[in-house]
Amino acid sequence: MSTEAKQNTITPNTITIDGQEIPFKDGQTIMDAALAAGVYIPHLCHRPGLTPHGSCKLCVVDIGSRGVSFHNSDRRVQTKFSVDIDGRSVSACTTPAVAGQQISNNTPALNEVRKTITQMLFIEGNHICPSCEKSGDCTLQAMAYHLGMLDGHFPQFFPHREVDASHPTVMLDRDRCILCELCVRASREVDGKNVFAIAGRGITAHLIVNSPSGKLADSDLETGDMAAHICPVGAILIKEHGYEVPIGRRTFDLHQVGEIGLEKVILAKVRHTDE
Amino acid sequence: MSKIRIATTSLAGCFGCHMSFLDMDERLVALLEHVEFNRSPLTDIKHCDPCDIGLVEGGVCNADNVHVLREFRKNCKILIAVGACAINGGVPAMRNHFNLRECLEEAYVNGVGVENPQIPDDVELPLLLDKVHPLHEVVHVDYYLPGCPPSADEFLSVLGDLLAGREPALPKKLLHYD
Amino acid sequence: MSSPIRTVTVEQVNAVIADAYSQSNHLLHILYALQQRFLHISHEAVREVASHLGLPISQVESVVEFYSFFYGTPRGRYNILLSNCTSCGYMVGDENLMDTLCQRLRVVAGKTRADGLVSIDETSCIGMCDHGAALLVNGMPITRLDASKIARIADLVETETPVANWPAEWFRIDDNIRNSSLLLKNDFAAGDGMRAMLARNIDGTLAEITQSGLRGRGGAGFSTGMKWKFCREAQGAAHYVVCNADEGEPGTFKDRILLHSHADAVFEGMTVCAFVIGAEQGFLYLRGEYRYLLPQLQAVLAHRRELGLLGSSILGQPGFNFDIEIVVGAGAYICGEESALIESLEGKRGVPRNRPPFPVTHGYLGQPTVVNNVETFAAAAHIALRGSTWFRAVGTEKSAGSKILSVSGDCAAPGIYEYPFGVSIQQVLDDCGAKDVQAVQVGGPSGTLINPVKFNRKLGFEDLPTGGSFMVFGQGRDLLAIIVNFAHFFAHESCGFCTPCRVGTTLLKNGLDKIASGHGTQYDLDEMKRMGALVKRRSHCGLGQTAANPILDSLQRFPHVFEQRLAHSNFEPYFNLDGALEEARQVTHRDDAAAHLK
Repeated sequence: MSTEAKQNTITPNTITIDGQEIPFKDGQTIMDAALAAGVYIPHLCHRPGLTPHGSCKLCVVDIGSRGVSFHNSDRRVQTKFSVDIDGRSVSACTTPAVAGQQISNNTPALNEVRKTITQMLFIEGNHICPSCEKSGDCTLQAMAYHLGMLDGHFPQFFPHREVDASHPTVMLDRDRCILCELCVRASREVDGKNVFAIAGRGITAHLIVNSPSGKLADSDLETGDMAAHICPVGAILIKEHGYEVPIGRRTFDLHQVGEIGLEKVILAKVRHTDE
Repeated sequence: MSKIRIATTSLAGCFGCHMSFLDMDERLVALLEHVEFNRSPLTDIKHCDPCDIGLVEGGVCNADNVHVLREFRKNCKILIAVGACAINGGVPAMRNHFNLRECLEEAYVNGVGVENPQIPDDVELPLLLDKVHPLHEVVHVDYYLPGCPPSADEFLSVLGDLLAGREPALPKKLLHYD
Repeated sequence: MSSPIRTVTVEQVNAVIADAYSQSNHLLHILYALQQRFLHISHEAVREVASHLGLPISQVESVVEFYSFFYGTPRGRYNILLSNCTSCGYMVGDENLMDTLCQRLRVVAGKTRADGLVSIDETSCIGMCDHGAALLVNGMPITRLDASKIARIADLVETETPVANWPAEWFRIDDNIRNSSLLLKNDFAAGDGMRAMLARNIDGTLAEITQSGLRGRGGAGFSTGMKWKFCREAQGAAHYVVCNADEGEPGTFKDRILLHSHADAVFEGMTVCAFVIGAEQGFLYLRGEYRYLLPQLQAVLAHRRELGLLGSSILGQPGFNFDIEIVVGAGAYICGEESALIESLEGKRGVPRNRPPFPVTHGYLGQPTVVNNVETFAAAAHIALRGSTWFRAVGTEKSAGSKILSVSGDCAAPGIYEYPFGVSIQQVLDDCGAKDVQAVQVGGPSGTLINPVKFNRKLGFEDLPTGGSFMVFGQGRDLLAIIVNFAHFFAHESCGFCTPCRVGTTLLKNGLDKIASGHGTQYDLDEMKRMGALVKRRSHCGLGQTAANPILDSLQRFPHVFEQRLAHSNFEPYFNLDGALEEARQVTHRDDAAAHLK
């Protein structure tokens, strides 16, 4: 037993995603291993370097312990993929990779689930893309493109959410917030501050600011903070730099959301005007 | 062979989708070999006859929009929601942040430069709904053509599919919401 | 406005904080004290609490907004919350007692009356399902409500009679024990289990618990012995014992009885656990709805300290130090989920954690923690005293021992029924005097809806696991109204963390409302099935994973209750078109034909 365990730490273990064997190191999640191997698992609330969160559920994958078959002799036929009916559904970003896991990821059924979840994110907020400065740089929008989403499908919730324009250089439009908590984590874990939090519960959960007035202007947020730039949607925007890059030349006009390592491109894109 | 009959309208929209449709330019000529227009701002025909395809731009903001949308649903075999406003309310739905009285008072009573302030109440005017809604909350919609506006290529792609008797499948490279 | 709130000074706020802090530094405790004193928790109070406890303002704010019993705007001096449960709720037949009370007191539900006297709202099940319709007035339960009692309550409020002077019998809560087995039949004297435990020592005690086959009584059924063993083996600076008394599943009230009449066994079970895993600190997380039990539970703890059953060198054993603190929740069903409960214990919103790691290795403050149900600890105490053989002699192979059921709904004798595991649904129905039964909801809304052809099914982990809720629905009940009620419950209680549950429970609620109002179509039903499946399979925690059960069960087993309500059209709008013109009609003073939509 103990020699086996020692061997495991020397020889990387592997998991299987859609029939492809992928190595992983101890402590890696399914998402970590997949991204390291260049395999894209859709995600919105995950970003390498921040504590995994597991809330958006775009990265749901099915783990079938047995009975998984994958026929990849013909690459065009992706549907010949069956999963054990008792297979567990997990978030790839928070579930540790365990040797021998048989994981299905890029299947029509799972992508349909992801499209529905994306539609749910759209209709619970006020995502008016044509009037949003983030359009073209928005990861939620790019995810919707990736999944072939034409419409929100469900009735719109049209919630009333507060806009906070108090800060001299940063603007907070909660209409577009998807509660991914990337800003919450970036502020805490990278900036060493504690600017954002989620309050309330259920469908009324919302982003709040840690300041005596609850306003961004009274917080210690600064333009250079990662929390000011990490928002995947247009909820947190840097002021006075709107439309510097025209529609048609933006991140997701030039890139696909499924490209690995895009986080740096996105951050560089929103940072360059300030640096 | 009889031509495919198309009706178009703009509800709470800006006619931008219609303008974009016309961006087909010379390709319109080829399209008109196969289609004819029924009720549409392009023809100025005021009511729908039975049609094959209805293209509806804009969201639903007032009682008249509801009547027009119902007429389209009743007469069109395939109803397509065209553009951001038809699909999720779009920019007109940004008034949903406020209640209707606030909107009307801002426009007709308290607004800068308003003379003889009064909220219009003529029976000729359609009443506003308390919120602007996308089409699919009022009638069944068969297909969606996103974009603000959808490009001429998008219109051609979807109409091309339908004319060929195929299920519309918008190529991902044409898919955009802005 | 004669509201006193505006005159509250920072000094007054700080005095309340300091006083509460001297009893407990727990955030929920301090916020409760402020809510009690000032009828709401203002932004100023939030700031003061944050600075007092050294917490971020946003953390305090987020907690205030998370829990149902904390309010950002002032409540009435009489704050009345009526249960909306299908068993102890305000709908009595066709009579809506909440509407009646609101009308009598001229209050809009959810809004405090302008003079600040009274506020009325609904709340999730308050665990009085064997007592008929029930409410909480300033936290105190009043049961057996009917129209005449509602009228008298309205009078007492209008005359500003202090709640302490209201008729005492209104506040009487009975145990209503109808059937007893292992835990309720046998006497338990404080300390007996622990003395037997000391005689066996740690390994012997753990072995006894493991061999007894005791499994978690919350419904999930994890082996208690295994859980204790894992926790004991886990490395950590400290180990903790947590008793989950956040009994929030609608239709469940067995913990109320155990805490009221068998608290010694519960605390003793926690102490046995502490002995095994090496914990010095335990918590009883009591649901806010049971706060009225707090003085009595504190007295039991004090008595146990006097007996040397808590504190330092317990029963003269050097190094055996353990004590129990009671933390009271504030209206959040999700805190019954063990990791959400731990978050709440840590003074945060009750959001379930990602697992692994599990609480046995990373629980309270990141340390190894055992979280068990009230009934599990009570059973553990009895096992420590009487041994595993005694326990195993009852029940089934995979479900050893007994289960305490909370029986409510359409039956002659609602109350507490303790049975050996393996009892059939029909047996329970016969015993509680239920006739013409349409359906039984086993395990509460998150459990299983059973139709009569399956009444031979047996309660136990091998067939129908249950946390104890057993709701009987007679033929006269509108089953769809019950499903709608459950859907509203889950949408209200979703913590909002993950997308499938946050948005999905609201979509399910809205879809069911549409069907119940006669505007649903077959398309809407198909949508419910699809959304239900997604919410069930893709949600983050047990709440979301079970939230669609009532809908999916009833679509499968009682399809007619939906079909008979469907509109005979292919499509129905998602909102009331004519209603959507009402505001415009008012603003324009129009009511002509064109001002309406059919």
